[in-house]
Amino acid sequence: MTTTTTTAGGVKVVKPTVGSHINDYWGRVRGGDLGSLPAVLGLVALCLIFGVARETFFGALNFANLFSQGAQYIFIAMGLVFVLLLGEIDLSAGFASGVCGAIMAILLTNHGWDWYSALPAAMLAGIVIGFVLGFLVAKFGIPSFVVTLAAFLAFQGILLKLLGGGKNISINDTFVLKLANSNLSVALSWAFALTAVVLFALVQLNTVRTRAARGLVTDPMGIVLMRIGALAIIVLVATAILTQERSINPVINSVKGVPIVAPIIAVFLVVWTFVLGKTTYGRHLYAVGGNTEAARRAGIPVDRIRISVFVIGSFMASIGGIMAVSRANSVDPNTGGSNILLYSVGAAVIGGTSLFGGKGKAINAVVGGAVITVIDNGMGLMGYTAGTKYIVTGLILLVAASVDALARRRAASTGNR
Amino acid sequence: MAATPLLELNGIDKSFGPVQVLHDVGLSVYPGEVTALVGDNGAGKSTLVKCVSGIYTIDSGTVTFDGNQVAIHTPRDASALGIEVVYQDLALCDNLDIVQNMFLGREKKRGIVLDEPTMEQMAGDTLASLSVRTVKSLRQLVASLSGGQRQTVAIAKAVLWNSRVVILDEPTAALGVAQTAQVLELVRRLADQGLGVVLISHNMNDVFAVSDRIAALYLGRMAAQVKTTDVTHSQIVELITAGRSGNIGLPPEKPSDFGGEIVDITPGGDQ
Repeated sequence: MTTTTTTAGGVKVVKPTVGSHINDYWGRVRGGDLGSLPAVLGLVALCLIFGVARETFFGALNFANLFSQGAQYIFIAMGLVFVLLLGEIDLSAGFASGVCGAIMAILLTNHGWDWYSALPAAMLAGIVIGFVLGFLVAKFGIPSFVVTLAAFLAFQGILLKLLGGGKNISINDTFVLKLANSNLSVALSWAFALTAVVLFALVQLNTVRTRAARGLVTDPMGIVLMRIGALAIIVLVATAILTQERSINPVINSVKGVPIVAPIIAVFLVVWTFVLGKTTYGRHLYAVGGNTEAARRAGIPVDRIRISVFVIGSFMASIGGIMAVSRANSVDPNTGGSNILLYSVGAAVIGGTSLFGGKGKAINAVVGGAVITVIDNGMGLMGYTAGTKYIVTGLILLVAASVDALARRRAASTGNR
Repeated sequence: MAATPLLELNGIDKSFGPVQVLHDVGLSVYPGEVTALVGDNGAGKSTLVKCVSGIYTIDSGTVTFDGNQVAIHTPRDASALGIEVVYQDLALCDNLDIVQNMFLGREKKRGIVLDEPTMEQMAGDTLASLSVRTVKSLRQLVASLSGGQRQTVAIAKAVLWNSRVVILDEPTAALGVAQTAQVLELVRRLADQGLGVVLISHNMNDVFAVSDRIAALYLGRMAAQVKTTDVTHSQIVELITAGRSGNIGLPPEKPSDFGGEIVDITPGGDQ
């Protein structure tokens, strides 16, 4: 292999080829930097198993269901990624989403508010909750485990009180109901898919172009094209499946198109990926998660960063709550309860976010959420009881946490932490 | 050599409650020179450095920088003057790469977006100016670097900001032979570029290999500040352990130094 060298502002470095790029990646994986790889492999394996066992698993109807089933976990998990990045935990995220959902439902149904004021009110409630939690953790120095465990109990109580001792409040605002239950039209679905692919390609190619123009090392073009191609295939195949007719009785009620939650997830994914990867705030977040003392000495306001992750965490929980209420058409004392929180933490960790802080991305929440949803959905199709589902999900979370811990140990021994 | 010191401390006192850690300490740092700061554990080296870098405030005394008297209250004041400290524990984030670490807390931005190409170029230029050619990629995680490379990154981080004075706290303490030589070369190059360098070290070989002047602290007092060429290895060891060596160093202690009180510290008394 010929090795051409290029200068990155004076320091000589070897220009990577497709082969050396793959070698480097494999070297990082072996060194303990796994990222989303185990989750992606697991997702593929699970889909194959369930697809072979039950034909309906790959049907358009079930595929579309996965989105609305997984949305709540994915949104809460996205917020938890921020909290986990600092090595903290938010155990109250599940019931925080329930409280926010209940606030929205009460404002809509009991007080006759419109969606455009009730939705922001629920989100604001999330932000306030996050600020209080973060303030207690950052300024009083109470461990986040204790603060959010207390909040977990308290929010469960608040939810009961809000619902007048456990009544069920249903909503009939069409906008809110559409969020989790409706689809984009076929034309809009394709427009959304093509826009996503084109934007991704433009961003990738533009990065290569600007870096090459300044004489910096770029990823080899072959790898960039492979990345774009892979995303294009996934998005376009998914869109093709989702735009098929999936109604049981198409004459009465035609159901086709990409579920509306998909673009909502995509928007949050893009925003949080941008925030984490391209802004000073994101950089400082990783720094505090990696070495708090170094961050403090670099002049980073550590306390404010710590508060902010809880604000983002609870804000995303409120989005998850809104989705849950929309999907169920109502709110009850168990909205955001039972397994929601643990599934969400599981989604973030299975997706590759480290429980030890300093490592994680927004995409982890989506990949991990997909794994959790596929297990839940696939095992349901195969007729297993809730008991078996919980045991299997628990085992998979345990495996993910072990992978995280072992990868970290391996990273420490290879100096690649 | 340069006649006027770049950084000059005079009569620095510092107490923590009833314990006076620094007594009337003076120190001069000249541009283009390496000043070694030596002293036994507890002599006050770290306290002195923290006073200069703004982590502690001084009780009394003056700090003169570039001919002007200055007041340093916070680490930001020190960086604004161009004083950077490389601490022993380096303060690097393992989960960030070389460029990200070098710009931590002072990132370059275009709008709200981080300007990665500019930062990568500046980091590359700085490393090249220090003749560092040992890193594979500027985008390597710091976790994957060797001890010497980490030290290099920490030093490069300190000189990135057109610093005038760089203070290095035991940069070779944890390094092997070859890496120590590399880091000492780097320290020499910093001084050759016209910076004032303060090197804190316990290793006399390092001190004699690289320094132009030696300042020896003894129990919170400046025992002596001498040119490296004027003293021997054993004289410095005596200054560190006894505070004086022949006719240089602190005057011998007399009972009057303790205010006339005779303190009996013989163990075992009436117990």
